[in-house]
Amino acid sequence: MIRLQEQPFEPGALLADFCRGRAEVGAVATFTGLARAEAGQTAILELEAYPGFTESEIGKIADQARQRFGLADLLVVHRTGRIAPGEPIVFVATASRHRREAFEACDFLMDYLKSRAPFWKKEHGPAGERWIEPTPRDQADVARWDT
Amino acid sequence: MARVLLFGPLRDLAGWREREFAVASLAELRASLCADDPALGAALAGVGVQVALDQAIVRGEAALTAASEVAFLPPMSGG
Repeated sequence: MIRLQEQPFEPGALLADFCRGRAEVGAVATFTGLARAEAGQTAILELEAYPGFTESEIGKIADQARQRFGLADLLVVHRTGRIAPGEPIVFVATASRHRREAFEACDFLMDYLKSRAPFWKKEHGPAGERWIEPTPRDQADVARWDT
Repeated sequence: MARVLLFGPLRDLAGWREREFAVASLAELRASLCADDPALGAALAGVGVQVALDQAIVRGEAALTAASEVAFLPPMSGG
């Protein structure tokens, strides 16, 4: 399931829900991304999406992840709007029979979300505002899966 | 009339998020945007800016109708 929301979320509650009622899943891996304060440079992070398009593009990569790693299930929750330092921005959970596939699929989904999913991220701080683009490191991370 | 959406830094540069344009193709739309605001026109043609027509990425030229939704998508960054 793919979900965008402006409201804050509780990663522990999402994980508990995601694990419930599974008899054939031996492994659940999760990733939680938090907004960083960057030593006071970021007072607020603003995330913009293209409603409808953003969900459908993430849905395509989620389908790829299901096939490539043989996942039993996955969940992506991504916040939009204004996010304070320390608050969760993104939560990814993957479920599979064995751990390796769950770990790798989680890594794959996050690399994609950082640099290829339709989001635009702006940092608001004492020095003004600044749009953030993927770093060379982000680009190299996602390129690892292009084989 | 095509509905045009701008995202991220393109929206800040233009000073608007959504506008209607009386054009019949992407090329006409680019020309019209460029005539209104040359800095925006140049930014829309910049490296890494993708175009979505009715929520699907298009490369190159496309015809537009009154019901078309055109979105200009600058380099993306989530998580």
